[in-house]
Amino acid sequence: MPDIERTRERARRIREHALRMVHRANASHIGTGLSMADILAVLYGGVARVDPANPRAPERDRVILSKGHGAAAFYAALAEAGFFEVSRLETFCEDGSALAGHVSHHVPGVDFSTGSLGHGLSLGCGVALGLKRDARPGRAFVILSDGECDEGSTWEAALFAPHHGLDNLVAIVDYNKIQSFGSVKEVLELEPFAEKWAAFRWDVQAIDGHDPAALAAAFAAVPRTPGRPSVILAHTVKGRGVSFMENDLLWHYRSPSREQLEAAVGEVRGER
Amino acid sequence: MRTAFIDTLLAEARGRSDVMLLTADLGFSVLERFRDALPGQYLNVGVAEQNMMGIAAGLADVGKTVFTYSIANFPTLRCLEQIRNDVCYHGYPVRVVSVGGGLTYASQGYTHHGVEDIGVMRALPGMVVIAPGDPLEAACATKALCALAGPAYLRLGKAGEPRVHDGPIDFQVGRAIEVAKGEDVALVSTGGMLKYAVDTAQALRRDGVSARVLSMHTVKPLDVDAVRRALAETKLVVTVEEHSVASGLGAAVAQVVAAHDGRQARFRMFGLPDERYSRVGGHGYMREMMGDLRAFALEALRAA
Repeated sequence: MPDIERTRERARRIREHALRMVHRANASHIGTGLSMADILAVLYGGVARVDPANPRAPERDRVILSKGHGAAAFYAALAEAGFFEVSRLETFCEDGSALAGHVSHHVPGVDFSTGSLGHGLSLGCGVALGLKRDARPGRAFVILSDGECDEGSTWEAALFAPHHGLDNLVAIVDYNKIQSFGSVKEVLELEPFAEKWAAFRWDVQAIDGHDPAALAAAFAAVPRTPGRPSVILAHTVKGRGVSFMENDLLWHYRSPSREQLEAAVGEVRGER
Repeated sequence: MRTAFIDTLLAEARGRSDVMLLTADLGFSVLERFRDALPGQYLNVGVAEQNMMGIAAGLADVGKTVFTYSIANFPTLRCLEQIRNDVCYHGYPVRVVSVGGGLTYASQGYTHHGVEDIGVMRALPGMVVIAPGDPLEAACATKALCALAGPAYLRLGKAGEPRVHDGPIDFQVGRAIEVAKGEDVALVSTGGMLKYAVDTAQALRRDGVSARVLSMHTVKPLDVDAVRRALAETKLVVTVEEHSVASGLGAAVAQVVAAHDGRQARFRMFGLPDERYSRVGGHGYMREMMGDLRAFALEALRAA
């Protein structure tokens, strides 16, 4: 089990990097980065078997950020894990940079470019299937947004994985209840969400997605049922950690001003 | 062509455990032998083309060379974004295979007419686009695709197409095959129109017109040199395709024509109009929409 305090510190740094990156780049999507920071901190704090010194090691786990708009936090997690220098985060969205506003495989540690929703779970199915057929040890972790569970392709993959016994596939839904243009409840209700995944024959764990211990325990437990893929429904808060960003659709779009950045970083550091 | 495809793929895959065949629940009476012979390299993903393409990319990421199989527009248009982002952007060795390109499924209606597929696939950076002209070319193309590094699209007819080439051919991706020599007209054909182009060339010969026939099995990368030679050495170049002239081989060759300096032949595109059609019928009936290639070529020559 990863050390909880170190994981919390990792999550704090991911949040701070992401805030600085979107401010500097005048970019969107800070809310989604803040909501999944704890998931990334746990995943890269010892769960995912990856080697920053050898990002393409054949027997690695694959981490697929299907919600590719969370790129800032994802790159921050990769830099913190040692895939590249933290200073490179400053190039986010800059002229000539590989660090695109949606996840790019031209960045060390990234296996798949994403950004159009509903692609990631199929990619994860392919990885998991290929590894399983060759009796290789790797796993596929796919981080989904709740919004992309509107996509039919997500459910094509959801139907596929249990049928083929892909227990080396782990989906994590960053269930922050806000999608692009409104709340999930208003736009397209997903509930009963856990029951849907269960009905598709996934092993479902619903947890607090901001609790490192709960996340670590959920990851440690998979696969709880041999032959079944796992989904972790991580209940999260969009904009988590910054009071004026929490649960506000505005921060799917707006970039923080200098004053807002300083206030936000202060809160993330626990200085509020 | 589809028989040549599956026979060749099965033969290649026997020695290549990384070669996989995925289908989106189509291939009855075609894919069974592969399925039964190499079950570990085969998968029916169900009626889910988007998922199939994402899975193919994931499989490619862990070292597989993947053929995805379906018919008409299903393996291309239905999952176009997965092809663009998940396959092409990453440069994965995924081969999209469509059986029933063009008007093969003539009577089945507009949904089953694959007449923009070449245009859409050739618009994607890094995509190789191949439409073999006969079963031998289909076999050669399949073999070549097992070894190619990046993504590709293979457009096949259905079954029972006549063999056009008499003997062995020098098939290379991106290199046209000269099927008949000629100096007046060059018929540049892709896909299953090759037989028609060869027959038309013989008819033109009886009209006193010497017609060159090129099998342009690879639409992308296009054999630009062969097109330039035809432009320089003949009076009329006609592209021949069972595809919309708005975006297929004709459009690809037109880009070469427009950039060609010096003396050049006239250029015409023979193919399907950029229209939606409401009628169905047999393959021959539907092909009549294109008109008659011999008359088309003779009229264009007179204008020249």
